[in-house]
Amino acid sequence: MTIFKEGKGRAKVPLTPWKKKEKKQLPGVASLDGRWGYPAIAPFFLIFIVFGVAPVIYSIYIAFFKWDPLGESEFNGINNFTFLLQDSDFWIALRNTFSIWALSTFPQLVVAISLAAILRNKRLKGKSFWRTILLVPNITSIIAITIVFQQLFGRDYGLINGILSLIPGVENIDFIEGIIPSHIQIATMISWRWVGYNTLIFLASMLAIPDELYESASVDGASKWQQFKYVTLPSLKNTITFVLIVGTIGGLQVFAEPQQLNAEGGSTKQFLTLTLFLYNQAFLNNKYGYAAAIGIAITIIVLIISAINFVITRRISGEGSR
Amino acid sequence: MKRNIPKWQKTSKLHYLMLALITFLSIFPFYWMFIVSSNTDAEISKTPPSLVPGPRFLEVAGKVLSAEGVYFTQALTNTFIVGIAIAVAQVIFSAIAGFAFAKLHFKGRQFSILFIIATMMLPSQLGIVPLFIMANKLNLVNTLYALIVPALVTAFGVFWMRQIIDAQVPNEILEAASIDGASVPRVFWSIVLPSIRQSSFVLGLFAFLAAWNDYLWPTIVLQSPERFTLQVALTQLKPLYGLDYSLQMGGAFLATAPLLILFIFVGRRLVSGVMDGAVKG
Repeated sequence: MTIFKEGKGRAKVPLTPWKKKEKKQLPGVASLDGRWGYPAIAPFFLIFIVFGVAPVIYSIYIAFFKWDPLGESEFNGINNFTFLLQDSDFWIALRNTFSIWALSTFPQLVVAISLAAILRNKRLKGKSFWRTILLVPNITSIIAITIVFQQLFGRDYGLINGILSLIPGVENIDFIEGIIPSHIQIATMISWRWVGYNTLIFLASMLAIPDELYESASVDGASKWQQFKYVTLPSLKNTITFVLIVGTIGGLQVFAEPQQLNAEGGSTKQFLTLTLFLYNQAFLNNKYGYAAAIGIAITIIVLIISAINFVITRRISGEGSR
Repeated sequence: MKRNIPKWQKTSKLHYLMLALITFLSIFPFYWMFIVSSNTDAEISKTPPSLVPGPRFLEVAGKVLSAEGVYFTQALTNTFIVGIAIAVAQVIFSAIAGFAFAKLHFKGRQFSILFIIATMMLPSQLGIVPLFIMANKLNLVNTLYALIVPALVTAFGVFWMRQIIDAQVPNEILEAASIDGASVPRVFWSIVLPSIRQSSFVLGLFAFLAAWNDYLWPTIVLQSPERFTLQVALTQLKPLYGLDYSLQMGGAFLATAPLLILFIFVGRRLVSGVMDGAVKG
């Protein structure tokens, strides 16, 4: 506490990284009239509060009601939440969401980091071409992609089963009815779409690693693999956290892919995801209050995972980098 | 394994092989859309299936455009209108607010920025039910406004613009201009805007693509087929019986082609946009 007293502003610096800027003097350009700031951010904030923030607060309110869009709404206390915790569909959706998330995230991390390591090579030819190609999947229509993959993964005539059947003894896999196969199908759609994007993110942070680190490592006799392990990977920690958090938020929003395979999330709900569950409760069953409670549950999950992520990264960087 | 890896880091042929493989995997689904929609059902379901384009594409495309109850060209127009409106609005609002957050000193600035960053952690489906109730009360349901209005601004856009302006517009120039008597709007208009033209374009592209590919909200808020966006219209082409995917694949191809054409022109800029954002984020 005493640190705060000596020399205001300056002494705070070591505690929180974003306050470092105050060290430089006031943020922004001193000679520009700061009062213009308010009219400049007002239009943004007005729309943002009405359509971004208000719905969030409103949904917390709704979650405590039995809210029927057509009939009357009545206060329901925490019943929506207690019911949610007893709803087997919720737990199935949670399981599916995590399974799909894990099946898409971890292979993606490995592939993206490897590809970025290849693209980092200064002598590589056609750099800009490869980078551009990597982004193509990311811009394509999401429904179009679910259509193609659904066809490719088809049980009887799908190309993927066609290729698998070349291996003797392998029978056609039903990528819709099987629990894990259906998750693999959905995870493939997600990975296909995002792996190139994540490669570029990793590439950007790899290019920021100073060459000297590699030079001194190779002078010390480190092999390429050791260089990767001891120089590249540690510098990617923040980026990995970033990609994981963004991936988690995205993973909890998976909706179009499972809904296109089957609107109910499969005959035994084998690929019902949390967002599809929310959508069906709200817009097929008209249970707005319940759907709002699901939304809050999803948010709590996001916050918990982000917190865990931060703690882990902080611990690793505390041990490793110094 | 470990011992092999240093070797393949050296042999660059393997690098190119891997890149070629990933290129193939990235492109193949598009090619496959065209194969399926240009061949007959029988050609596709035989083993091995046909891997070359067939003669049927124009016929299938015609069917897509004239499919009963599906307004494909209208959906294309709707998607363009929504995408462009959102892109333009986001660039304008984000640039102005981002400028204020990056360069102006005013009370509550730091708090507002932290507030915006905090909301970026919230998953979008949290507010979707209330948003629908609001859209209903405002009589926006089943109009394109319902898609445009909530997307006029995003926390991400403002945050991104703030980072860009912070990094790309030096304080000294702004200082010099203001000491010479230029007002804040003037400084924004004649110094900041010209120097962020490229980045604004990239932000606009991202907003456009996000709008183009959005599916959850349009499928909730749009009801009549002539209001649908492409993503929603595509779901209408599902084969009702059997496994003839040609119609849907043709639709998928037609819905993707404009993006691919756009990508040829702007792909490189998108790449640098993604990578610039990454270093700072």
